[in-house]
Amino acid sequence: MRHLKYLLPALVGLAFLGGWEWIVRANAIPPYILPGPVLVARTLARDWNSLSVSLLVTLQITFAALVVAAALGLLLAVLFSQSRLLELSLFPYAVVLQVTPIVAVAPLIIIWVEDVRVALLICAWIVAFFPILSNTTLGLNSTDRNLEDLFRLYGATRWQKLWRLRLPTALPYFLAGLRISGGLSLIGAIAAEFVAGTGGAASGLAYRIMEAGFQLQIPRMFAALALICFTGILIYLALSLVSHLMLRRWHESER
Amino acid sequence: MQALAGLDLDIAEGEFLAVLGPSGCGKSTMLRLIAGLEAPDAGTITAPGRDIGFVFQEPTLMPWAGALRNVALPLELAGMPRRQAEARAAQMLERVGLGDFAAAYPRALSGGMRMRVSIARALVTRPRLLLMDEPFAALDEITRFRLNNDLLALWRELRCTVVFVTHSVFESVYLAERIAVMSARPGRVVAQHLVPAADRAEPEFRTSAAYAAHCRAVSHALEAA
Repeated sequence: MRHLKYLLPALVGLAFLGGWEWIVRANAIPPYILPGPVLVARTLARDWNSLSVSLLVTLQITFAALVVAAALGLLLAVLFSQSRLLELSLFPYAVVLQVTPIVAVAPLIIIWVEDVRVALLICAWIVAFFPILSNTTLGLNSTDRNLEDLFRLYGATRWQKLWRLRLPTALPYFLAGLRISGGLSLIGAIAAEFVAGTGGAASGLAYRIMEAGFQLQIPRMFAALALICFTGILIYLALSLVSHLMLRRWHESER
Repeated sequence: MQALAGLDLDIAEGEFLAVLGPSGCGKSTMLRLIAGLEAPDAGTITAPGRDIGFVFQEPTLMPWAGALRNVALPLELAGMPRRQAEARAAQMLERVGLGDFAAAYPRALSGGMRMRVSIARALVTRPRLLLMDEPFAALDEITRFRLNNDLLALWRELRCTVVFVTHSVFESVYLAERIAVMSARPGRVVAQHLVPAADRAEPEFRTSAAYAAHCRAVSHALEAA
């Protein structure tokens, strides 16, 4: 069973790529319509130098946005848990932030904020922020009733309750939110890059995709797309590993 | 809704009192009132304040902490330095027979062992009053008998007052010096039954004729309620 967990998805992936390559070759589809995976891989290797520089730019924004989202989400959730009034007055606006399509507000942010990289960071942060806030808020409110009584019985202070009871209870929820936000901040960063359309040396992967599209270099477009996919998967796996390491000794999800 | 009415119960220092009654008769509410977790609508409760240990129906352990850290919690909440708190917690874990499981997380312990950790935590502050709310109800009979014996040994050694809420006639007679029988809606004490020390001292009390007679008497009181 353990091996099947890795073997089956690998087989599906190989079958998909094989089928794709076969269709392209059998129908003699020109590369500017649909390149086969072999050509995409070759382009990725050939253009690695320029693509990897762009990947690095996008990754910097992604991680900065994720870190800020995690810190602010956690902080705000803790404040909410300490003051119901604050939660009631601010939570709706967090929802507003979440439901506003990022491509619609990104142009405004890019106009308002002079530094493009800061503008991109803000866009990615908006997308990544909400899952962490809402998950952590849920976690902080999910304390065991009896444990809460126990803390009360021993006269625990507000701070002790937060530090020893509510935060540990919220940790699995926070980590689940972080896993969602990791992928979202990448999506947010790339969506904002599309809108910003910055050129030059310090441009991210989205710009490479647009550029390749204008020049009808479709294989290069696919190579950049594949790079984004791999990066997203890698971010998810890395955050899953962090979650596993922090919860494996005690949490029910890690049995 | 009125959970308790006209409840008048004195508990002597060092006594082992069982409170017996059907589900929903307000036994748990009574314990929570004594512990100060709830305030009475009317009447007074005289209890030794913070000097109370509480054992819930469930073990109620922090899943993210090992057995030792769970037992040390009440001391640390009171501001004792961690080292000192853990040293005392280790002694108490030893006392409940879990000396080798200090580092074990609750997930890795059996139901009976978790309850032992919970009892150790309640006793680690050396409370004058130990409140227990059907602590063994969810355990199998063999484990329950063993924990009954260990609880009595601890009580004789530490000499604290115990109020033990249960819905088992057999358990109440085996454990307690005095049994308060409660009835429901509204909850009140309808009868009290004493189990003399001479009977309790009998070897194999659980299978003795005196034990059976006490059980019968308490059952009758419960039915009459």
